[in-house]
Amino acid sequence: MSERAKIIAVVAALVVLVLYMQFGATSFVRLVITQALIFGILAMSLDILLGYTGLPSLGQAAYLGMGAYVAAILTTRFGFGLDWTFWLLIVLGFVIGAVTAAFFGLFAIRATGVYFLMITLALGQCVWGLAYRWNSLTGGDNGINMPGRPDFGLDLSNDMNFFYVVLGFFVATLAALYLLVKSPFGRSLVGIRESELRMRMLGYNTWLHKYVAFIIAGGFGGLAGVLWAFLNGLVSPEDVILATSVDALLMVVLGGPGTLIGGVIGAGLVVFVREYLSTVVEWWQYVLGGMYVLTILYLPGGLMGIPERIRQRRAQAAGAVRAEAVSTSH
Amino acid sequence: MATSGAQPALELRGLSKSFGGLHAVRGVTLRVLPGDRKAIIGPNGAGKTTLFNVITGILPATSGETVLFGTDVTAWPTHRRTALGMARTFQVTNLFPKLTVLDNVLLAIQGLRGMKFVVWRPLASYRDLYEKARRLLEQVGFWDRRDVQVRNLSHGEQRQIEIVLGLASDPKILLLDEPAAGLSSGESREMAEFLNRLDPTLAILLIEHDMDVVFDVVDHISVLHFGEVLEEGPTEVIRASPKVREIYLGAED
Repeated sequence: MSERAKIIAVVAALVVLVLYMQFGATSFVRLVITQALIFGILAMSLDILLGYTGLPSLGQAAYLGMGAYVAAILTTRFGFGLDWTFWLLIVLGFVIGAVTAAFFGLFAIRATGVYFLMITLALGQCVWGLAYRWNSLTGGDNGINMPGRPDFGLDLSNDMNFFYVVLGFFVATLAALYLLVKSPFGRSLVGIRESELRMRMLGYNTWLHKYVAFIIAGGFGGLAGVLWAFLNGLVSPEDVILATSVDALLMVVLGGPGTLIGGVIGAGLVVFVREYLSTVVEWWQYVLGGMYVLTILYLPGGLMGIPERIRQRRAQAAGAVRAEAVSTSH
Repeated sequence: MATSGAQPALELRGLSKSFGGLHAVRGVTLRVLPGDRKAIIGPNGAGKTTLFNVITGILPATSGETVLFGTDVTAWPTHRRTALGMARTFQVTNLFPKLTVLDNVLLAIQGLRGMKFVVWRPLASYRDLYEKARRLLEQVGFWDRRDVQVRNLSHGEQRQIEIVLGLASDPKILLLDEPAAGLSSGESREMAEFLNRLDPTLAILLIEHDMDVVFDVVDHISVLHFGEVLEEGPTEVIRASPKVREIYLGAED
């Protein structure tokens, strides 16, 4: 598929989504879809690290958590972010995610592979520890109940209004990150993924490139956090537990790393299973687990890798037929 | 040929590298002037690649100095040395396998440009970069195959792309680590011819086992043995040296 066809496909999918939301979806499904978009933002931010730079971060929930807690604390204590200041809160959420990543990156970026994974895991658990233990600020295990959603002329307590705002941020994130991965900076990240040593030899300060990518990913994680706080209405240590980071990682792996949109598809599937299937059957976790195992075993490129695999199969089959024809003709 | 008064492109002063008790490189002293074509030869395990890794800053030196264009770069990271005008290829092909030939070269060209940090504009919109990649690839006859993923090229073709990446930053000194490794004798000859066609002001420091390539390309050889420079001099002298024949070219020869 050409780049143009991909863009058209994404736009078409979004149009269908909007029509469905407007005319078809129940109120519960609307919330599930809004949640999927928010986690889509988180998954895309992680894909910059995992898919494009080759850095498997297991702490992406930390930035989601930072954004969510900032939103919760500012709205409950100061009523900040409930009117037009919502837009400032969004910026603040992005900044807090980026600043946290800038701090964590100092420790994490020096490592690669499984060591990077372990360090980001540990740093993510630090945020969880703070959320859990710093009772006076975070409400500890109980978390913080949000006082409601912002109203800046447009009342976001209406789920459709909120959906459109989330969709706006989702599209903005997708566009920004799409531009990023096509940019010289983004291509450099792919170079680092393919061969960091060669990149250093070519004059790249690879540490700095990875560090900047880490900060950008943290920023979008923080943005997702603010939106998540308003959607969920409750911010608790649940949001920053390891399982949330693992989910984010698996969303990307499931959909296909290094594709951006794959992470979104993964997010949609995981949120669907978690929120919808769990209300239907009790064994929904087996479905989730089975999906992961099958993806890792049979689809290393994730769902987005399926067309490529089919092409390869066909090429192989064609090659085999040719080889047979040659061997029989001799 | 530059005069001996010119500033050396690269100067090594008693450069050493040890891994624990193993002295991989011992007190290597070497001067490469602009336009010089020099080779480092020696048996396997003599420390040639380690020496390259220390010169390029991939490994820190244990002692001694690396001076690049008059600047002491011993404590510098690799990318800053590259910015001074040094480039290197790898003995084991080290490309971006899943990227196309064109993307490989584009990454190599932008390595020393500030725009490598730009996030708001597609790489494809930089015409000057594209034109330069085109020039480089046309030189080696790869322009028609620019959209092929590098991992799908043959070994010999990948060795050529190695050198193209080395040249992409317009270096003034090029370190080649066995460019002919794994090539057939015909391909080796082509490689030597290609190297001889390069800009004569470009200094080349070459590690190579293929003696035909060495004798064809360079005029000065240093022989490394157990990390030390055993002997050095013009090609003919080294070729005739009985000691070198004994340890390297084979005593029976």
